[in-house]
Amino acid sequence: MLELAGITKTYGEGDAAFEALKGVSFTVSDGEFVAIMGPSGSGKSTTMHILGCLDTPSSGSYRLNGTDVSTMSDDQLADVRREKIGFVFQSFNLLPRTTVLRNVMLPLIYTGVPPEERALRARSALLAAGLKESHFLHRSNELSGGQVQRVAIARALVNDPVLILADEPTGNLDTRTGELVLHTFQRLNEERGTTVVLITHEPYIAEHATRIITIRDGRIIADQPNRSRRTARPDDYDDQ
Amino acid sequence: MTINDILQETYIALSANKARSGLTILGIVIGIASVIALVAIGQGSTAAIQSSIASLGSNLIEISPGAQRTPGSPVRQAAGSAASLSADDADAILSGVADVANVAPSISAREQVAAKGTNTNTSVMGVTPSYASVRDVAVSDGTFITDSQEASAAKVAVLGPAASANLFGYSGATTSDIVGQRIRINNLDFTVIGVSAPKGGSGFSNEDDVIYVPMLSAQRYLTGSRSVNSISVEAASQDAMTQVQADITSLLLARHGISDPARADFSVLNQNDLISAVSSVSQTLTLLLGAIAGISLLVGGIGIMNMMLTTVTERTREIGLRKAIGATRTDITTQFLAEAIALTVVGGVIGIALGWGISAIVDATGAVTTVVSLGSVGLAFGVSALIGIVFGYYPARRASRLNPIEALRYE
Repeated sequence: MLELAGITKTYGEGDAAFEALKGVSFTVSDGEFVAIMGPSGSGKSTTMHILGCLDTPSSGSYRLNGTDVSTMSDDQLADVRREKIGFVFQSFNLLPRTTVLRNVMLPLIYTGVPPEERALRARSALLAAGLKESHFLHRSNELSGGQVQRVAIARALVNDPVLILADEPTGNLDTRTGELVLHTFQRLNEERGTTVVLITHEPYIAEHATRIITIRDGRIIADQPNRSRRTARPDDYDDQ
Repeated sequence: MTINDILQETYIALSANKARSGLTILGIVIGIASVIALVAIGQGSTAAIQSSIASLGSNLIEISPGAQRTPGSPVRQAAGSAASLSADDADAILSGVADVANVAPSISAREQVAAKGTNTNTSVMGVTPSYASVRDVAVSDGTFITDSQEASAAKVAVLGPAASANLFGYSGATTSDIVGQRIRINNLDFTVIGVSAPKGGSGFSNEDDVIYVPMLSAQRYLTGSRSVNSISVEAASQDAMTQVQADITSLLLARHGISDPARADFSVLNQNDLISAVSSVSQTLTLLLGAIAGISLLVGGIGIMNMMLTTVTERTREIGLRKAIGATRTDITTQFLAEAIALTVVGGVIGIALGWGISAIVDATGAVTTVVSLGSVGLAFGVSALIGIVFGYYPARRASRLNPIEALRYE
């Protein structure tokens, strides 16, 4: 459960001050699949940073599962990110020259999960993200874009986060592999009830969510359920 | 993160760029190896010099006539000064100073010495029988000068090994053949009664190129004077040396009727003073060598810092990612510090082995004795670990302070 109330974010000071968010409030319930949509410069990235506890708001409150995280220190935020949030980035951000399995186990190193349990959890996350067992010991730079992004999704899942935050996850992928990644999100959301917040500037991608929040110039201009939800159909394409 | 995780992460990171890690390690290897090898050479030289001084005898105090004897000094002052020490002084020291184990007066003169068609110019020393024990002269064949030979001013001689080789040949001849031979010193026949064992050079003079004759014989046949050139005193113990030195000084001042110690017509040299003077020179040398090697260690450390800074820049996105998935500042600092320390420790271990090897090779060539002390190994290892921490800390801290948002966007 995410509750944002009156969030503002100002960068810089004095005359050079720039208000990226001008009072943003919304609530995301557990198990929702929300798309935050807006053009570049709209404040959607700033919203994502605050949602992901990478940054703190200038004012307003942000409660994550009942905990107010808006005034936490850097190290406390790191704890929250580690325990509660899984990130999926546009540019994947896997460790190069490192096996798929090790990439997925990386968050568990910081969580203090015992080594013997890590591989088990990483394997089940990889299977949940739709990756084949035969790829687990490949190096991340030996995989295709769609596979890489599903490894990144598995990495986001491995800590059983409250929230998966995906920042333009299909931005670097072709339509076919993008569809595959969206399908993975939809399936995780439906089968496991994982809360997904997807940041995008493309209406077509946003339409895969159950609810679309539109941001422009630091304010929410629309927040409504998506009645014409698209279902990703990777089966229409050959599997890589 | 467990220790095992840190080690694995470090191994993966360093093996990702083997050439760069290898070259950085090489810098440390050269630094540590040169510290160990140069300090080993310095300490080896110190030990060699000290043992050669010790070969002069133990707990030795040397008394020599005053500086007035120096060539070029005014004739007025020279009168009586060259002959300022006598055998009576030696007897007085033996009977009048406490903690004196033995006293050996000696006279030395350069003489042309001949034997069966060969001849050499060497130092002929008139010594008493006690000289052998005071100055650690061992006789390898025959005997040393006896009390009766001294009392009767017998024309007998004990050859040093180098003098013996000069007169009777280097090869073949066993020294036992030499005992009984005759040599001519100052046109007088002396019978060889013994050959002494080699002592080696003491740095300034060759202790082996010498011929010993009874002191009375030397005074009677060679110098024609009652004076002696030097008195060697063996103190009863090392601790007594300073006291014995002071007692001898006051005894001789009284005997020579001199009230002002600054005008003494003799000087008393303590072997310990000589050892500490020479040691301080060679220790300074060791320090200098160590400092030069230390500079290369410093350069190696800067190499590590350079590599770590480059690494942090190159891996900015990775650091951003690690922070995004929950790594704390401490986690990031630990990881990068571990990489820097791993570089120095690997370099340190290889460097210690290499330095040890170089020392052993130098030692084997026989040119210089080397001593690798555990202290210098420990110091080198400690310094290399310290360099890892010092030069790794700044890059590690920089990495840990990166803002995850900016780090993730870094291209």
